[in-house]
Amino acid sequence: MTKSATLIVNEGKTRQAINSFLKELFIKKVVDTMLVPLAHPAGTNVVQALVSNPDYLDNADVYSPVMPVNAARIVQSITRLTPVDKKTAVVIRPCEMRAFVELVKLKQIQTDNLLLIGIDCPGAYSVKDYPKFVGEKKTSDEFVKKYDKWAEDTMLRSGCQICEYPYPLTADITIGVFGGDPSKNLLLMAETAKGEEALTKLGLKMDTDSEAAQKRQAAIAKYIPEIKERRKKFFAKTREEIGGEEKLATVFAQCIKCQNCRQACPVCYCRECFFVSPTFELESDKYLRQAEKKGAVRMPSDTLLFHLTRMNHMGASCVGCGACEEACPNDIPLLKIFQLIGSDVQTLFEYVPGRSTEDALPASVFKEKELERIGEK
Amino acid sequence: MAETKEQFEPKIIGFICNWCTAAAADLAGTTRAQYPPNLHPIRVMCSGTVDPVYLIKAMLSGADAVMVGGCHPGDCHYVSGNYKARRKIAQLKQIYKSLGLDENRIWARWISASEGPEFAKFIREITEETRKQGPSKLATDWAL
Repeated sequence: MTKSATLIVNEGKTRQAINSFLKELFIKKVVDTMLVPLAHPAGTNVVQALVSNPDYLDNADVYSPVMPVNAARIVQSITRLTPVDKKTAVVIRPCEMRAFVELVKLKQIQTDNLLLIGIDCPGAYSVKDYPKFVGEKKTSDEFVKKYDKWAEDTMLRSGCQICEYPYPLTADITIGVFGGDPSKNLLLMAETAKGEEALTKLGLKMDTDSEAAQKRQAAIAKYIPEIKERRKKFFAKTREEIGGEEKLATVFAQCIKCQNCRQACPVCYCRECFFVSPTFELESDKYLRQAEKKGAVRMPSDTLLFHLTRMNHMGASCVGCGACEEACPNDIPLLKIFQLIGSDVQTLFEYVPGRSTEDALPASVFKEKELERIGEK
Repeated sequence: MAETKEQFEPKIIGFICNWCTAAAADLAGTTRAQYPPNLHPIRVMCSGTVDPVYLIKAMLSGADAVMVGGCHPGDCHYVSGNYKARRKIAQLKQIYKSLGLDENRIWARWISASEGPEFAKFIREITEETRKQGPSKLATDWAL
């Protein structure tokens, strides 16, 4: 029984309609601060910004097809030490919201006073590709109208093309476009009591199970099998491409072990990564011994160990945002590999990262009766 | 140490828990149970402390197989360490499988302190199986 309101879009200006809605949240004192994507004055990027003066919201561009960093990381940096003491709205994409939930479970984000505003997501381009989009004088208003072109738009990031959940799973308020025409109107859905309270304060007329909300549900129900099919094909192809020692070596041949993938990954949360710890500061004779064992050893050492370990440490929480692949200077298809591994590990533990803060992290729990093929004769 | 396939001696790194499997290894020794010398045991306080990174590191550094030995489920000295180990090993095996690597080179076995003969039997089994599989590519390829 979702309650929702309709946001009228005038003259096809979706961005403007969303920005006025966001401004209203300030004016009606629903929030005091907002983390939201603002168009950078350079025009070549749209970056998350923490806004306290609503005038700056004229620059907000929620549907611009670019996601330079996973915003869950930003919320982590803001709230890890102390929760925010002012009401703060966080406008983020579905994958960012899933990472947000994982980080809450990992005790990296304190949710007090946060209002989560999620969007139905048409996907995003790479930061490197976004200037092309701008160069062709395209706008987010045009982009959002073609919201379900994940499979056709090949410039979309690979993660977006196979995204399993392009809609928010845990928002307080969802800005809905699926099944509708975002150049005419948008759906504002109250997903929680907190969200409903916020929308009510704006004086919006709330309907229960409106026609638009039902249309959106039907659209999502239609996408799910399409997405599943697309993912199945993608995984089959990936298994073909990376399966076995030789192919795996080939995939990581261009790795320079800069560890940008780890740095950019929203769920790789350790304050000090094992791989930058003194464990890997070795005396020279240890290196020489490694070389003697195999006759030759690839340097920097432990390149594949780094990736395999990361798959073990965060595979279960991989939300498929593709930040790793974006951060790789040598275009190693990390999203592909991590989504394949993530999906298999998540299936093993029947775990959906980002679905709920109630689902325990697989490594933190166990069942007495499970996985009995391990360890028994 | 030039090895042909015929005389291939597998190298196996084992992480065995202080309270059960290491005690079983001791018992195997004191009762003079025979088992091959291919196992290089590392005693750990609990199988639950064995992070997959140690197993992968061993496999990339020359181990043809790795094993984790712990107490029987329900008997962990620290209550639930072996259940957690079981999840970690299942996950590592799944990742190897997904990547087309040989998950059969990753072993786990619950062996209690009184099961000396079981320990010896298991080491015979893992050595023979690994010998059949031959040298591991991960252990020998410099580029991996």
